[in-house]
Order: sequence, then structure tokens, then C-alpha cells
Amino acid sequence: MDTEAAINKLTGKFSSDTVKVVLQKARRSIVTIRPSTILAIAEYLYKSEGYRFIIASALHTRRGFEIYYHFSFDADGSVLSLHVILDKEKPHIESLSNMFSASNWIEREMHELFGIDFLNHPNQEKLLSEGNWADDVYPYRKEFK
Amino acid sequence: MSRKTLIPIGPYHPLQEEPELFKLYCDGEIVTDIKWETGYNHRGIEKLSESKSYDQVFFLVERICGICSTSHPFAFANAVEEITGVEITDRTKYIRSIIGELERIHSHLLWVGLAGHFLGYNTVFMWAWKYREPVLDLFEMITGNRNSYAMFKVGGVRRDIENSKIPAIRKEMALLRKKIDLLTGAVMDDPVIHARTKGVGILTRQDILDYGAVGPTARASGVDIDVRRDDPYAAYPLVNWKVITAQAGDVFAKAEVRLLEMYESASIIEQCVDVLEKLKEGDVALKINEIPEGIGTGRAEAPRGEVFHFVVSDGSNSPARHKIRAPSYTNIATFKKSCIGQTIADATISLAAVDPCYCCTERMAAAYDNSSGKKILNANELIALSMKRTSELRKSGAGHE
Repeated sequence: MDTEAAINKLTGKFSSDTVKVVLQKARRSIVTIRPSTILAIAEYLYKSEGYRFIIASALHTRRGFEIYYHFSFDADGSVLSLHVILDKEKPHIESLSNMFSASNWIEREMHELFGIDFLNHPNQEKLLSEGNWADDVYPYRKEFK
Repeated sequence: MSRKTLIPIGPYHPLQEEPELFKLYCDGEIVTDIKWETGYNHRGIEKLSESKSYDQVFFLVERICGICSTSHPFAFANAVEEITGVEITDRTKYIRSIIGELERIHSHLLWVGLAGHFLGYNTVFMWAWKYREPVLDLFEMITGNRNSYAMFKVGGVRRDIENSKIPAIRKEMALLRKKIDLLTGAVMDDPVIHARTKGVGILTRQDILDYGAVGPTARASGVDIDVRRDDPYAAYPLVNWKVITAQAGDVFAKAEVRLLEMYESASIIEQCVDVLEKLKEGDVALKINEIPEGIGTGRAEAPRGEVFHFVVSDGSNSPARHKIRAPSYTNIATFKKSCIGQTIADATISLAAVDPCYCCTERMAAAYDNSSGKKILNANELIALSMKRTSELRKSGAGHE
């Protein structure tokens, strides 16, 4: 399956207001999705299509908080990134850690460094700075000096 | 109700080369739960990267890990070159692959030695580290450094491998094969190593998929993934080699995968130097004037598994966001599966089996007051503290015989 076919399959399964393709080239694609659909789409990729969760990258931009969830399809070496834009004031999104353990640490890290809340996370404790970092200080936010 | 005992390993422990705290909850000899504290090495590299120019970031990411110091620049170069869209020269491709594979050999030898040491089999430790030394000498000859080679830059490499150096590489690869033969024979046939590693720390295929584990950890459980083949880069699609897998998922299978991978690496290096001889010397760098706006995803297969770099460029001379995922980040989390149910004595080798790299997993030193959130020390105060401590150590005679 090449990248184009995989994207067509994904956009065919979910409606166009849910999934918007923002980048598509050989073995790399990025699709912007509505945050409320993250569980359904991640489940489709991981369980039905056999994608592997690599990692998630959080960004703090003018639009608010953004997360790219990177999935790898190892059969053809492509990377599909699901892009979500979260609320500026109280960023939150459903946790994927009940589906696979691979996202457990990174969600805790994003919670710790960016202050993004992961709903229904099994154990949203600090990962890196337990006991030696103040609460509600998020070092990876743009305003942090 | 049985009484559970907490056995801490770390944060500083003779068995670990880096700080990390593992809390083993034991019922008698059996480990029933494991928790860990990380963050002792967190250096805020992702944040730091946003304040460096693209050229400087290479030196920064090279310092994420001392052992696989080329895998991070490799993945970063792949990501940035994806944004710029340049096609690097053939000679660069081969040189990059040679450095990557030499690194795999020295890293795997280091692991075999440490694994022997953890098992209490110090002969293997002495052998493996002795055999690793000439590989580091090769690095010194090629790059000028035993580690942290500073070879990569956007669009090329900083130094060429002159054709006059190729015979020395060939000679060392031939010698190395004999040494790996000896080491593999000693490890694979040894009843003591069999008894200590077979059936120990098993990770099933499902565990690997659940935790997203990569590299030899995944391949030893029958998950056939390798970025060098799946998402080809540098010279890997241009040479013949195969991905080594095993099915058992135990510590022995991981050792087997690593030992056999060294033969493949030696073969890749030999094929690369054969081609290198025929290519024009010095053709190793393209002139890149600016990095356009865009998003780049770079992957590289480090000795421990897939390294993933995600770079967002806003057109300026430093990354707007740079996300780094080292292989140990997913591999270390599998301890929850591999250690529980094992005896304490086997837990250490199960921990070591994924070749954990804590530096990679955490990428800070800042001192904040826990209750007020205010800075306790600023940078100058930290430096003054460090200088004071150093002078005290000097006065006390530390470091002198």
C-alpha cells in the first residue's frame, strides 16, 4: 500500500470535516483531525491497519497548543502524522494510553512540560521532575523564560 | 497477606553507567512490581535546540548520547534534508552509512561486554571491550574523535574518508570478523550464559507492539522492523544486507540478534568502501544557503532502534520546534513486562537486555523552589557553585594518586 492509497482509505472512512490532508508526499503525510475524533482514528490505525505509534510532538504556537501524533506503517516505511489543534486556555484531549502503552510516557511528558491534560490517562503523574519542579510551571511553553 | 520488600536499584548504582532509580517490589525473591524515577539526566535539549542555528544543532544532538552519538545527527540530517528537498551526493551517502555501521559495531560490542559483566562473566566483558578498542581507533583515524565524531551537517559530511584510509578499514573489518566469530562462539555455546539468559525477561510480540519497542529489542521478539530497510536512507538501499530477527524474545535472543548484526554491519562497511574507492574524492558536501519553511520527519536506525526527529521550520535559521524520540524511550518502558515474575538476580540482566540509554531517554538542570516556583539559582550562581566545588576538590587532593 503506498502513501496515497493509505490516505484515500483514511479520508474515505472518515468525513472531510473530520480529516483534512495538509501534506502528502512519498512516505510522509500529515492530516489535521478534529480533537474529539482522536480515539476513533487512532484505534482504526493501530488495530485495523497495523500502524505502530512512534511518538507525539507537542507545539505551543499562536494557534494554541498543537500535537502531532506520529504513526509508522512499517510495511512500506511511511510515517502518518495526525495533527490536532487544542484549546489555548485549557488544552485537553483524550488519552491514547488505554489503547497502547507506547503513548503513556509521552503523554505524561507533554502534561508536565506543556500543561496539556490527557483525559482518562491511567496515571498522569510527572515523568521527569518528580519532587523537584513547581506545579503549574511549564518549561516548554513559549512564555517560559 | 504476604509482605513486600522494596529493593532500590539506583539512582547511582555500580550496575548502571548512568543515573536512574528502579524500585523493585519483591515478594521473597520474585519481583512483583516495578516503578522507576527518571529525569536525572534531563537537559532540556529540545528547548535548547530552538535557540541554536541548524549548524549548531548537530553538535547539540550529538551530545544526547555518547554511545550512539551519530544516530541523532543522522536522523536530524534526514529531517532537515527532507524540508530542503536536496539529494545528497553518493559519496556522502556511503560515508554516512560507514559511520553509522561502525557505530553499531562498537555499541553492540559495548553491550555484549556489559551484559557479560551483569551476569558476573567478566571474561566476556574484557574480550568485548578489548575488541571494541580498534573500532574506536578507526573512528579516530576517520573523524579525529573516538566518540562524538562531528561528521554530519545539512547536505553532507564535514570530512571526507580519503581513499588512502580505506585499506586500514578493510583490514580491521577482516580482523573483526574473526573476533566476532570467537565472541559469538563463546557466548552462544556457553552453558552458563544459556542458563542465565534463556527464558529470562521474555517480551512477546504483543508486548512489543503495545509498547512500540524498536530495534534489537523488537527484532528478538519476531517483530521484523528496521528503518534502514523499511524507510531507506543514506546508502542502505544500495548495498546488500539482511535484517536479523529471532523469535524467543528472551535475553539470549537479544544477544543473538546483536551479535549477528555485527556481521551485517561489517559487510555493509566493506561494500561501502568498495564503492567509495571508485567515487570522486572530496565530493561530500552541498552548499545549502537556507532552510525553507516546512515540516521534516527524519528517522535513522541507531544501534538500539529507531531514532525519530521531527523538525518544524519557520524559515528562520533555527528550528521552531524539534522533537526527539530516542529508541530507549519506548524500550525502557517494556521493563514492566520483562521484569515482573523474574527473580531479583534475573531482573538486572532483563533491565540491561534492551541496552537502556538513560541520556537518550531524558534530554536540564534548573533549580526551582518546589512551593513558590521561583528560581533558587541563576546561571551565574550555578557556575560559581561549580567553581567553588571544584576548588574544594582540588584542595582535598581528589584525582591525584
